[in-house]
Amino acid sequence: MKLEVKNLSMEFPGVKALQNVDFEVETGEIRAVVGANGAGKSTLMKVLAGANPGYTGEIFIDGKPVEIRTPAQAKELGIEIVYQEVDTALIPTLSVAENIMMNYLISGMEKKVIVDWPKLKQEARESLSRLGLDIDVDTRVNQLPLAQKQMVLIARAVREHCNFLLLDEPTAPLSLSETQTLFEMIRRLMENEQICIIFISHRLQEITEICETLTVMRNGKIVDNRPITPEVTIQQIVETMLGRKYDDVFEHADHEVGEELFRVEDLSDTENKVHNVSFHIGKGEIVGIAGLVGAGKSELCKLLFGATKRSSGKIFYHGQELKIVNTTDAVKNGFSLVPEERRKEGVLVNETVEFNIVSACLGRLSTKLGFLRPKEQNRVALKYIELLGVKTPSEKQLVANLSGGNQQKVAVAKWLAAESDVYIFDEPTKGIDVGAKGEIFALIQKIASEGKCVIYVSCETQEILSITDRTYVMYSGRIQKELVTSRTNEEEITYYATGGTD
Amino acid sequence: MSDTKEISSSNPLKRRKKFKVSDYTALFAIVVLLIVFSVLRPENFPTRTNMVTILRSISVTTVLASGLTFTMSIGGLDLSAGNMASMSGYFCASFILWYGMNQYLAIGLTIILTMMLTLITMFLIIKCHIPELLATCAMMFFLEGLGLTYAGGSAISQGLPRPSGKPAEGVFSNSFKAMGTSPTIIIIMIIVVIFAYVALNHTKYGRYIYAVGGNKTAAKLSGINIERYRLYTGMVAAAIIALAGVLVVARNTSAQVSGAASYQMPAMSAVFIGQSVLGVRKPNPFGTLVGATLVGILDNGLVMLSVPYYALNMIKGAVLGIALIAAYANTKTD
Ligand SMILES: Nc1ncnc2c1ncn2[C@@H]1O[C@H](COP(=O)(O)OP(=O)(O)OP(=O)(O)O)[C@@H](O)[C@H]1O
Ligand SMILES: [Mg+2]
Repeated sequence: MKLEVKNLSMEFPGVKALQNVDFEVETGEIRAVVGANGAGKSTLMKVLAGANPGYTGEIFIDGKPVEIRTPAQAKELGIEIVYQEVDTALIPTLSVAENIMMNYLISGMEKKVIVDWPKLKQEARESLSRLGLDIDVDTRVNQLPLAQKQMVLIARAVREHCNFLLLDEPTAPLSLSETQTLFEMIRRLMENEQICIIFISHRLQEITEICETLTVMRNGKIVDNRPITPEVTIQQIVETMLGRKYDDVFEHADHEVGEELFRVEDLSDTENKVHNVSFHIGKGEIVGIAGLVGAGKSELCKLLFGATKRSSGKIFYHGQELKIVNTTDAVKNGFSLVPEERRKEGVLVNETVEFNIVSACLGRLSTKLGFLRPKEQNRVALKYIELLGVKTPSEKQLVANLSGGNQQKVAVAKWLAAESDVYIFDEPTKGIDVGAKGEIFALIQKIASEGKCVIYVSCETQEILSITDRTYVMYSGRIQKELVTSRTNEEEITYYATGGTD
Repeated sequence: MSDTKEISSSNPLKRRKKFKVSDYTALFAIVVLLIVFSVLRPENFPTRTNMVTILRSISVTTVLASGLTFTMSIGGLDLSAGNMASMSGYFCASFILWYGMNQYLAIGLTIILTMMLTLITMFLIIKCHIPELLATCAMMFFLEGLGLTYAGGSAISQGLPRPSGKPAEGVFSNSFKAMGTSPTIIIIMIIVVIFAYVALNHTKYGRYIYAVGGNKTAAKLSGINIERYRLYTGMVAAAIIALAGVLVVARNTSAQVSGAASYQMPAMSAVFIGQSVLGVRKPNPFGTLVGATLVGILDNGLVMLSVPYYALNMIKGAVLGIALIAAYANTKTD
């Protein structure tokens, strides 16, 4: 089957998200779609999935013109989608089983009224095991970590037989090993069912690994279509994507690491997710926390930040013990945390970009009596929009209307603007394009060179290797190993991250 | 980077903002009602005195609704505000009439006691984690009973003896009664609205309140102590609610049985209508004023048309429903 799109345009107030796009895919291929943040990838996918009914242009399936104005129409045509914003597609208070079987519950039961629970759960379990996953189907979805939520969504999409499967940044919250599981599943699916998969990702490495053809988008237009041959380099892809020269190697600027400023001793939480963690950070040092998804990295961050309860342990800064029982204490002590799940924890989606960027530094931007200084706010907001290249028609745009990567940039900007002493970045570059990633890395290095302490958490080993000075590898809630970044490599980190010991 | 340059072009908000019918529905409805009532009752409705009457009658609703605006901005809900205001009324009236207290002292004490009672609500919500709707529902019943018990099951008014049978010597002074008449009551309303507007839109505390109302987790991780701000907001709301209770007493020159409870629903409607005003999409003081005005005009006009009392609420409900349909029908749900 062939899905064809001709002269497709989509406009939002102040933004031409798609401009006269021609696009075609056929079953049997895995197509990559890449582009900078806000290039229009998700918008194109949403049109195909019936979630953007306001499009203009024509869509054909096997040469026959079709209309896709509702998600139901898309499903009828055999188009399934896994949305980029994971939490908007799941119902948090329902169980994993119910979420996976949602389509069945809504339209698959036909005349039946009573839900056959054992069967429902069994089928949900089967969908999960097809992906090689072991998640209790009775768990409520809001208790899962982000990566597992993502897998639940994928399980839901592949349960249905479909002809076109659209995956919008499914690997963003996944670490290497989970990504490999997903790829295996994709390959199996391709062998058995000859469907078409459209795959969006900002990790170009994995794109060259699994995809056969590549579509590059820039500013709402398709600028390139090409088969992925061994000759295609990542550098080339990035340059077409950004429309400018790009230097692949990220310069690890040498900066001085001073005396020890920050120390954590024997930290554990009450939820049993973090056990006896101890580490230290020097002045101006960037310390990485590596580990697989579920190793307790995010839990450690939240614990440090006072967002969860401590059962033991001490935190020292400048040799003095800090009393941190809640997040307010943490902020008062000069901490900042860029959390992992941006929509749920990082930004206020129904407020403007400006509101969000200044929301963590209002103290500085208001008078002694607490009155706001709008001009100052505006100045700060514009500064960070410029600095991080947030693509938005105006600083008064609602964050909900930004593309996924740009929302993430706002979440990062908010804490950069706060000017703290200890920065905790939990997967800050998730969903951010290669170009902007470089800018964020540069900003983090600048922070460090000002003598601040930086904790950089990531499940992407490559990132850990390129930005940190020293790295702690976590495994099931404990620190497994301390490594000096310049003297380690991917294999070694992976070895300890999967539970290896000396 | 070419896209970020667009930003600096002049006044992007105005340029971008599309005219949306729903943003103006409430204002439009007010105009329509004014015209309809003026046409139907040309000799009584569009008069100066009647306009003042309307303004006076919306004053209490607006003040109470301003308190609710604070509560709802932080993501709360308060079903007990009306009964709380009644309770404040009993306090104030009894202090003046039973104990002959200085009226300003009485008002101050009323506000303090109301805030202390609100601490119970806050305890239920913040410490016991009871959903706001349920906690304030319980408070609603509790306060109704508490008020009646305090007043001995009847109204507190000038000349009426105390529940114990002892005579009550205090009187309402003219300056106290003036608080319930125009222009004082209107001025008080305007001051309260301006206070709420400035507090919510021009101080960092207002930002924190909206941030918590928008996303509790994100607010918490921004270092905002959400429990503390819920408490502060509750206290500010309580002070305003107490003021509403005092205004009701001044208007009626007595503390009637559940005298302010009837303002609960109009005030809540006002906040809800207000959310659609000018596309703000969250509780806001100016919108609340517009909402209260709409409700007030409707009330006044319908009475003037001599709609039978038993049909009054039916028509009010229907008109409000239509206004809300227009305001919300074409907004996106996400
Ligand atoms: N609902 C909306 N209202 C207004 N503008 C929107 C809306 N959705 C998307 N846009 C705009 O359309 C443009 C394209 O967005 P899209 O989400 O397709 O980007 P993307 O390529 O998926 O980026 P990312 O890599 O960050 O996910 C962006 O500039 C975005 O701000
Ligand atoms: Mg996207």
